[in-house]
Amino acid sequence: MTKENIVTLKSPYRDDFEINGYRFGKGEKTCCIVGAMRGNEVQQLYVCSQIIRALSNIEKKGDLAHGKQIMVIPSLNPFSMNIQRRFWSVDNTDLNRMFPGDANGKTTQRIAAGIFDFIKEYQYGIQFTSFYISGDFIPHVRMMDTEHKNIGLANLFGLPYILLRKPKPFDTATLNFNWQNSDTSAFSVYTNETEHIDEESAHIAVGAVLRFLSRMGVIKYQSHGGYMATTLEEEHLMSVHAQSGGIYRRIKQPGDEVEQGEAMAEILDPFEGTVIEEIKAPANGIVFFAHKSPLVLENSVVYKIIKRLHI
Amino acid sequence: MLQDVVSVSLPVNERMRIKKNHFEPYNLTGNEKRICIVTGIHGDELEGQYVCYELIRRLSENGHLLNGIVDIYPSMNPLGMDSIKREMPIFDLDMNMIFPGSETGAVAEHIAAAIMNDIKGADICIDIHASNIFLREIPQVRISKETAPKLLPYAKMLNVDFIWVHSSVTVMEATLSHSLNKAGTPTLVAEMGVGMRITKSYGDQLLDGIFNLMSKMGIWAGETRNVSHPIVSTDGNVSLIYSDTSGIFMPTIKHWAGISKGDHIGDILDPLTGTVEQEIFAPCSGIVFTLREYPVVYEGSLLARILGGC
Repeated sequence: MTKENIVTLKSPYRDDFEINGYRFGKGEKTCCIVGAMRGNEVQQLYVCSQIIRALSNIEKKGDLAHGKQIMVIPSLNPFSMNIQRRFWSVDNTDLNRMFPGDANGKTTQRIAAGIFDFIKEYQYGIQFTSFYISGDFIPHVRMMDTEHKNIGLANLFGLPYILLRKPKPFDTATLNFNWQNSDTSAFSVYTNETEHIDEESAHIAVGAVLRFLSRMGVIKYQSHGGYMATTLEEEHLMSVHAQSGGIYRRIKQPGDEVEQGEAMAEILDPFEGTVIEEIKAPANGIVFFAHKSPLVLENSVVYKIIKRLHI
Repeated sequence: MLQDVVSVSLPVNERMRIKKNHFEPYNLTGNEKRICIVTGIHGDELEGQYVCYELIRRLSENGHLLNGIVDIYPSMNPLGMDSIKREMPIFDLDMNMIFPGSETGAVAEHIAAAIMNDIKGADICIDIHASNIFLREIPQVRISKETAPKLLPYAKMLNVDFIWVHSSVTVMEATLSHSLNKAGTPTLVAEMGVGMRITKSYGDQLLDGIFNLMSKMGIWAGETRNVSHPIVSTDGNVSLIYSDTSGIFMPTIKHWAGISKGDHIGDILDPLTGTVEQEIFAPCSGIVFTLREYPVVYEGSLLARILGGC
């Protein structure tokens, strides 16, 4: 393992901003794994740290394939994480809306360009990322639904679901989209948590990446086979909305099965404590996403359900 | 007439409301033209607040001069404006990245869709932005190359100093202006001043333009003032100057001033060592229409835009 500097930027008042990567093996650029791009993606940082730890052990055993290299970049935005802000510490721009970047552009475009130039030639790209709405997902692999997508490869992670997302205009500036555009097979892996560490889903995520690398012949690693993934299209997930604002009491968790009409959550009057709304399952299915915050706004998407039809 | 465009119940005893003030002639014929004045999508951009106030004041006092419908939306992001935050609080989301929204989407998308539905069908819409807190801008209208043939005649009526016809960027497709233009409602983006401040002279200048535009469209029958003839320019005539290091930017020039190639624009200073880290010189001759207002800079911070090109 070698630790390498990818981007350095001088700060007026802080230590230099640095992005560091960990390289395993030598040879063709086979797989690049990136972690926290937002300052609150602690789980994503943790997962990458555990992957680095696991790969170090694999390397010591001599179980890295000859002629292939793996790059792991655990944090792309340490400045924001250190001051507990989600986006860029100076102007609150989202680094994951700056790709492929511009070496002569504004600060976050330069950072994105520095990262992208370094990682764009890898054959496979894996990103641990988070959703802009607070909540938990079933661990899954997410891909942009473009001509470059490769569902067969996504299956090799052994996670239960693959989610295809039709790109919206703002997606065109994400790392995943630009990786795909530059012929890297790109996957975003979502786990249960963002701001807190969830050991169980982190363990699942680490296992999924090692399984993928093993199946692609990059490492030797013994693991169980995982799932035969079900492929879903994001637009076919059923959204369940809150009709009221108030205190939110979650009943159903990601992965739970629900029957039509079954209570999934309650919204309480914030002053009087009475239940002002009982959120019921609109169809039979499995909970794919569940709202997490203890407060909820009217019209919030509190659940996304995989309807039974897809199972 | 005050109306709620959309409202959402917040968790604790409050509703978030996006409001508009609706003006119409005393005698409606059903054939009136409609103009929408929109501002405050970014909660730190306040330049449009004075424009809304003064426009509403004059319309309220001169209802007999109104031949069309005027809808004024002073705050598209009321929670952001009230909490001095550019983005939509709660989601930390740039509201101008979620249009056209979705009626069945999450809260922010639902709000965006409701705004779109309310404005759609207007004969013209003006979306007033200030710059952010980092840059100061002269009054200008920005339109994309694709919409220029349709929008340029309207833009010239607005009494701005400069019209910037820029190339399209895919991410801009999620803005209110792009979404409305795509939906057939001509929409101009006016940009002026600086974030978190109000520049009254700029507001008065744009107000003269709005009344001129309303007059030309048959919405306003009152007096108007002569408007200026703006410089119209494309990306090729605009040079951007970025900082090559971090520190404190101290400009040596004035905003909207003419400069020659090689002129000293300013310095980037290190306040700890007392040294000049970078001297900035003009790469071309022209007029500085954007000048950095916020002194702290990183490598890549925009310092100035010069109209003139290199």
